[in-house]
Amino acid sequence: MNDFDLVRKNLFRRKLRASLMIISILIAFMIFGVLAGFYRAFTAGEDRAAADRMITVNKINFTQPMPIAYFNRVKAVDGVRQVTFANWFGGYYQDPKNFIMALAIEPNTYFDVYRSEFEVPPDQLQAFIRDRGSAVVGEKLAQKWGWKIGDRVPLNSNIFSQKSGGHTWDLTIAGIVKGKAEHVDTNFLLFQYPYFDETRSFGKDTIGWMILQTTSPENNDRVAKTIDAMFANSTAETSTDTEKAFGKAFAAQFGNIALIVLLVVGAAFVTILMIVGNTMALSIRERTREIGVLKTLGFSGPRILTMVLGESVLLALLGGIPGLAIAALIAMALRNSLANVAPAFAVSPTIALQGLALMIALGLITGIIPALNAMRLKIATALGRG
Amino acid sequence: MTAQHPMVRLAGVAKRFTKGKEMISIFDHLDLAIPRGDFIAVMGPSGSGKTTLLNLLGGIDRADAGEITVADQRIDGLSEGELAAWRAANIGFIFQFYNLMPMLTAAQNVELPLLLTRLRKKERAERVQTALSVVGLADRMKHRPREMSGGQQQRVAIARAIVSDPNLLLCDEPTGDLDRQSADEILSILQLLNGELGKTIVMVTHDPAAANYAKRVLHLDKGRFVERELAA
Repeated sequence: MNDFDLVRKNLFRRKLRASLMIISILIAFMIFGVLAGFYRAFTAGEDRAAADRMITVNKINFTQPMPIAYFNRVKAVDGVRQVTFANWFGGYYQDPKNFIMALAIEPNTYFDVYRSEFEVPPDQLQAFIRDRGSAVVGEKLAQKWGWKIGDRVPLNSNIFSQKSGGHTWDLTIAGIVKGKAEHVDTNFLLFQYPYFDETRSFGKDTIGWMILQTTSPENNDRVAKTIDAMFANSTAETSTDTEKAFGKAFAAQFGNIALIVLLVVGAAFVTILMIVGNTMALSIRERTREIGVLKTLGFSGPRILTMVLGESVLLALLGGIPGLAIAALIAMALRNSLANVAPAFAVSPTIALQGLALMIALGLITGIIPALNAMRLKIATALGRG
Repeated sequence: MTAQHPMVRLAGVAKRFTKGKEMISIFDHLDLAIPRGDFIAVMGPSGSGKTTLLNLLGGIDRADAGEITVADQRIDGLSEGELAAWRAANIGFIFQFYNLMPMLTAAQNVELPLLLTRLRKKERAERVQTALSVVGLADRMKHRPREMSGGQQQRVAIARAIVSDPNLLLCDEPTGDLDRQSADEILSILQLLNGELGKTIVMVTHDPAAANYAKRVLHLDKGRFVERELAA
């Protein structure tokens, strides 16, 4: 036997009470894990945004189009290394519930701007550029639907229609796009803007947004100001910002995720803190006499303090670790169905570490008052002698 | 009574308690010497200071004045931490209500004081085995307190008190919660510990039959001792 055994046996002396406390903590950390996973998913792009990449959108908001003529004008701005553009398609496959993240892109420049994230074999990229009716598909999406090069994919839009009246664009898969790192999401389909623009029934010669790469992040401010000044007082004024700021603004469309996480986790934590703290205090009060006996035997005050704190931290870990594990399982189970909305949804090692730190903090906070009381307890008082 | 190097020496000890606005003096100028190997029963009416005396001897309460020396160590000036370490090495306590940990087995209860030593697991197990054998409970090592009678629980408590081989055993009404037969068994064990192993024992009791097992009886009344010698 050692002090840890003593701590463990004390914790489980009332099994029902200990189990209920563990379940409460488990639920709190499960909520924490899931919400933190969502938060990570919504801010993942923001974290991985390249410093030298900027986004130009319509100043009203990013859903409003801009004239395609802007593309060449931006390309000519001093400090811009490369520019590309994209247009939201609102795609789905076979059934509207099978949402596809589909973009009509400028085929010659898109993969140059995103060369640090994506790679397409040169022959496949050339085939894509050559064939106006082709598409390249992200590896994950191709795996999801079992698509391979040469397949004909009827892609539907819930926004656009063809001049002929139909909503379906038949595309031939010319290449598979791979991410250069594990975290890069490849759940998308990209096809040629010229083909899209030529066939759609409205919005001709407009684009959704431009992605530009500056010659250096130091030029970002100047480039942004130049571009926005260039289109000031036009029918489509622009707003140019870094990719990180754009990502953050995009995430904000879903509400203030951080605030939601903070409020929900905070409320759960405060409630659990009070319940566990009160139960711990009650549990220690019930053992006043035994603590007196331990002190009589020679256990010092600091050692008793450590044991009580150890008990509350152990309790937090026993509830928290399975809670996070369940959150991780939930994230894994939902990952496919949420791939389009929150592709990076997962309980990452960082979240696990944050959770672990929170568990220890929870244990220390709930245990500190009972532990201090136990440490200061007078033996004669504890034993009812004197 | 041996005057030189006694196990316990109290000189001019004073102890007062505050009750509301009233100051109650338990001892005013108490002197006491207990030789090594003695077995003393302390008797007296309620409120006479018997338990306070045990608390002072065991270093779990502090005197307001005077000197307390136990096993050649002045304890009245020790800090709380020093007192805890000193108690672990020198004192064995036996309580009226056994005070065993309900979630631990007999062996684990006895092992508790050894957690404060540097002994290895194997050595601790050997000592636990020996202590439980001394009190006749070697076959109940894995039993929890609720699975044992009051007499058996008190014997486990005695094993816990002697397992670290302390100099002084302090017993507070050790038979107060037991029937006569169990009480006699416990007192016989205490007598054995005193006679065979040379343990110095101070036992507080209300029971004259229990006091008869001691070598001497000290009557405590109004903070003063009245001694009565018994046949050994």
